[in-house]
Amino acid sequence: MSSEIFIWPFNLGLYFILIYSVVRSTIWFRSLSRADKLRLQRGFFGMPFMQSIREIFMESLLHRRIFKKNPVLGYMHMSLAFGWFLLIVFGTIEADFFGEKHLNPPSHAIFFRWFNPEHGASGLASVFTQWMDFLLAFILSGLLLAIIKRFIPGMMGMKKTTKHTWTDRIALTSLWLIFPSRLLAESFTCGVHGSGGFLTGNLGAALASFLPAADMAPWFWWLYSLSLGTFFFLLPVTRYFHIPVELLLIFMRNSGITTADRWSAYSEVQTHACSSCGICISVCQMSRAAGINDMQSAYFIKGLRNERDIAAITANCLMCGRCDEVCPVGIELGPLRLIERRQGERPATRLKFIDRYGLTRRREQIEREPTQSYSYLVPEEEQQADVLFFAGCMTHLTPSVIVAMKKIMDSAGVRYRFMDEQGGVCCGRPLMLAGRDREARELINHNSDIIWKSGAKTLVTSCPICYKVFRESYYLEAQVMHHSEFINLLIEEGSLRLGYLHRRVVYHDPCDLGRGSGIYDEPRAVISYVAELQPVPEERSMSLCCGGSLGNLTLSSEKRALIAADAAGTLTRSAPDELITACPLCKKTFAQATETRVSDIAELVAVALPKPVRRTRSRSLANTVKVVADGL
Amino acid sequence: MSEQKANRFGFAINRSRAINYDTSDRKVREYVTLREPSFRLCFACGGCTAACTTGQHASFNLRRMNTYIRRGEIDNLREEVTRCMLCGKCLLVCPRGVNTRNVVAVTAEALRKLDRNEL
Ligand code: SF4
Ligand code: SF4
Ligand code: SF4
Ligand code: SF4
Repeated sequence: MSSEIFIWPFNLGLYFILIYSVVRSTIWFRSLSRADKLRLQRGFFGMPFMQSIREIFMESLLHRRIFKKNPVLGYMHMSLAFGWFLLIVFGTIEADFFGEKHLNPPSHAIFFRWFNPEHGASGLASVFTQWMDFLLAFILSGLLLAIIKRFIPGMMGMKKTTKHTWTDRIALTSLWLIFPSRLLAESFTCGVHGSGGFLTGNLGAALASFLPAADMAPWFWWLYSLSLGTFFFLLPVTRYFHIPVELLLIFMRNSGITTADRWSAYSEVQTHACSSCGICISVCQMSRAAGINDMQSAYFIKGLRNERDIAAITANCLMCGRCDEVCPVGIELGPLRLIERRQGERPATRLKFIDRYGLTRRREQIEREPTQSYSYLVPEEEQQADVLFFAGCMTHLTPSVIVAMKKIMDSAGVRYRFMDEQGGVCCGRPLMLAGRDREARELINHNSDIIWKSGAKTLVTSCPICYKVFRESYYLEAQVMHHSEFINLLIEEGSLRLGYLHRRVVYHDPCDLGRGSGIYDEPRAVISYVAELQPVPEERSMSLCCGGSLGNLTLSSEKRALIAADAAGTLTRSAPDELITACPLCKKTFAQATETRVSDIAELVAVALPKPVRRTRSRSLANTVKVVADGL
Repeated sequence: MSEQKANRFGFAINRSRAINYDTSDRKVREYVTLREPSFRLCFACGGCTAACTTGQHASFNLRRMNTYIRRGEIDNLREEVTRCMLCGKCLLVCPRGVNTRNVVAVTAEALRKLDRNEL
């Protein structure tokens, strides 16, 4: 049967991609660390396996997360992925049931209609035929949306889509051709034999009425097989490789593997699992407010995957974490960017084609040379305290916050020591955000030493940037609290008596406190206790970045101002009396971007404190000076 | 203590000396201006220095560092650039919108490149 040669492009493509996937996964597995290997092995024979299956079904097939974000986009992904999956499953069942023998090779299921042109005349077989036609129509409807999206991206509620390379284009064309060519191939065959369901049967009859269907059919079967084969062959070098890799990623993640702080096989799997869906681009404030459209996570990941020189892209990011929050694949975008920042300047060598796409590629780990040294720091004397208050560098630029915190703690009778009253040492996070962990360690050690020696049980800080690094990168016995948490605690245990202010206020979640540390409820509880808190358009995990972020070393002050104005505009849309934040940097940045009064949560609470009782003249004079200082 | 007092506002009186512009090394200045154009906006007000975290612990002065870059005083620069903690206070006080942290980062990069003869 010479006409059956047409199945070979498909067969070769399928075997190639299967072998490639196995070899590539094995290489990735072998380069995992010993601990991660164990995690994956345990995960394979336990609960994580079931979780993964469930997640694959919900996310890789039904695309639930994309659905929630955008129903039309979700439908498009679902119809293509889930529809194709069902077509394969039921195609296999159909071929097994109605074919000549059981356990056919895959090509018999894929080209079933060619081998069984008369099939589906009556009974169960006809039901099956209708069902297969329905599935094909389902996929084609998603395909139609995909084509529309390519040409009118705005329709799906996304302003930008990612750029394609030429291999992506060929793969995309072959992907788009698969289902229309199947439709036409089946229709022509059905037209010749008078069989088929509601779609292929009717279309086939119509086509056969004016075209030589018997001569046309083989051409379209060839096209069908060729587009499948091309797609499979190109898969590893295009963005569509994300489809199989995402399955592996889900298994790895559910087994407990994380990005950590070094480049690993897991990082590589993540870069390959990105579908270039562009959701991260549409949430990025750099594009929506500052008109910067080339550094978003989709481009960053693509640059990593293709081994491009992405130093500028890597540096130009606020590290706000909004994209992490929305990525439907769950790629840890922030940690990956930090890993890349730690590498420093990469020698400008391009990998050869074979290395880039071949199986031997291994990303080299370059250690950044240390640039800073803080050997001038002298260890401090031991000073005992139960509660340590660390204002932080930024808070020293907003002295009114410090004054407010002192008032609050005095009013509640807290016995504390002000750790950096005379100007402390930076917490180290700005250095870490710049990829200089080794240098940051010096500062961390210096500060840790002071905290350990003090024997403090609680460390209160006014700056979310310090808060995050104290919690994550310091080894402390003291409980670390942001001042919003601490004030909330004081209110709850009844040591702080506060009045009620008749003000309508909105709250801005600072990146490092909200998304970065998961503190959303405490500040809201405190604010609601003293004022009327109104909701804002984008809050909690999707809150906006103020634009002042220290995560970006290269962003110019003009662009920062644009981002700040846009964010402040969104936050004050309801014309509140006051914009409250919990970060000195956000306060400073917003104060220059809006007419609305901007205050820190501590300042708001300090205003709600009962008025101090007048004692002596000199005391009240001191208070007046303080009040004037606050006003400044 | 007296040194700290003298340095309180980041200003101390420097010894006067002559700069020979013919022999000074402009490579670093050119690299910094190229990579961080806002460096050119600095008008040496010293605001950054007054706010500086490092200045409270060591002799470090961003305004002075900027001058070293302009004058090509590489040896002085080498020592100066290692001390900054990148904390970002200077960024917030600079009246000219100089991206000060990146000036420090780019300068350090320039010096490394200079040592590798890549500049
Ligand atoms: S990083 Fe995530 S959100 Fe961004 S394009 Fe890739 S898959 Fe989509
Ligand atoms: S972290 Fe923020 S600034 Fe950076 S790419 Fe993501 S959304 Fe954009
Ligand atoms: S970033 Fe450096 S120069 Fe600027 S205030 Fe901080 S320590 Fe000083
Ligand atoms: S604050 Fe700005 S303008 Fe003033 S000396 Fe520092 S960098 Fe220059």
